[in-house]
Amino acid sequence: MLKKRLIPIMLFKNDRLVKSIRFEEFRNVGNPIQMARVYNSRGVDELVFLDINATCEKRKPLLVFIKEILEECFMPLTVGGGIRNLNDIDDLLKIGADKVSINTAAVEDPSFVSEAAKRFGSSNIVVSIDAKRKPDSKYEVFTHGGHAATGLDAVDFAKQAEEMGAGEILINSIDSDGMMGGYDIGLIHNVSSAVNVPVIGCGGAGKPKDFVDCVTLGGTSAVAAASIFHFTEYTPAMIKRHMKDQGLDVRINY
Amino acid sequence: MNKKLVTIIDYKMGNVRSVAKAFEAIGCKTLISNKSDDVGKASFLVLPGVGTFGEGMRHLTELGLIEPLRDQVFNKGMPFLGICLGMQLLANEGYENGYHKGLGWIDGVVKRFSFNDEKLKIPHMGWNDINIICDSPLFYDTKNNRTFYFVHSYHLISEDPRMCIARCHYGYDFTAAIQSNNIFATQFHPEKSQKAGLKVLNNFVNNIDK
Repeated sequence: MLKKRLIPIMLFKNDRLVKSIRFEEFRNVGNPIQMARVYNSRGVDELVFLDINATCEKRKPLLVFIKEILEECFMPLTVGGGIRNLNDIDDLLKIGADKVSINTAAVEDPSFVSEAAKRFGSSNIVVSIDAKRKPDSKYEVFTHGGHAATGLDAVDFAKQAEEMGAGEILINSIDSDGMMGGYDIGLIHNVSSAVNVPVIGCGGAGKPKDFVDCVTLGGTSAVAAASIFHFTEYTPAMIKRHMKDQGLDVRINY
Repeated sequence: MNKKLVTIIDYKMGNVRSVAKAFEAIGCKTLISNKSDDVGKASFLVLPGVGTFGEGMRHLTELGLIEPLRDQVFNKGMPFLGICLGMQLLANEGYENGYHKGLGWIDGVVKRFSFNDEKLKIPHMGWNDINIICDSPLFYDTKNNRTFYFVHSYHLISEDPRMCIARCHYGYDFTAAIQSNNIFATQFHPEKSQKAGLKVLNNFVNNIDK
């Protein structure tokens, strides 16, 4: 059986890993290379590294630095932040990134996603969507690290991303980010039931039950989180054990 | 003792560094190359690969690698490991973005996953268990851990069931690994499968009779 994946997210800003609350109030949580080494030994299933200021600072991905992180990983790593063209993707895949995550550039030019999928294969192209709840209980897509409203509906945009060739969708709730009160199941379920590619739910995990809900109620293939690993005593192994006890198929033996 | 030299074919289809790093972690020397001369110097050949079937064949052709590879593998018995796209390219033909001719080392075709009524996501992405269906040195001593990382939308359908050494289930059973004499290939990514994957790579360089 295909296992449900547990994926820590590493948010990178000003040379350090940070944790945010609703995309603001950043707290420093450590060194990304050390963190990658720790996660590699803990048997998480994948890692996501997002350089959250790259787009706003109009920077390219930090290849030399990302390469150091990759040297620590014998599991898949997705890299995002500042990816604007096919060369950026080529550079990242060449140094060993497995997937790239496109956010702002996918909104500004959806044909970029289709060109990337055609050249590198859909499996390597993740479209990440940051969304905020609107009063009418729909969700709006935000870009530039959650700062720029787009007027786009998150579910419609996820469908468009799939049509353009995205191989996976990372859906993140800005409202739930860092709150540790559980995933935004409404958002996650709406997106994952609208597309036929794997969906990673993100934003709000605070206890093991949240991960189970994300998969069973949200319908995702994978669960991502950050704060819970930094600010609680829960380890990836404890969370997976709980998921397994609740009847989910997860990778325990690593 | 001299370290074993693993030559990893760089045909512009990504991911060569990850594969090299994994072989280095188990004590091998690696050479990443797209030169036909280097193909002959290796003790072990690895064809990794991420991307599309047609592009993969186009690059192998343009780099002039097809004949040197065939010569090493078929005439000199060089141990060969294909990974993911590097396994699919061994087939006669592939149907990713239209029809493409493959290397034709293995009787088979590469087709997209196709499910009847099940709501299964494509790509098949993530960790999945494999079932060993016949003994192969590639899976020696792996009983405790046979969960590997997969990411693919297409899979090999072999005409020759004797070549299939492991299957995986996603909607239906498909071929997860093959062996034909000195040719080995896995649909999963051993270089991304942590300890379980390193064990398979270790078996490839240390456990097969040359």
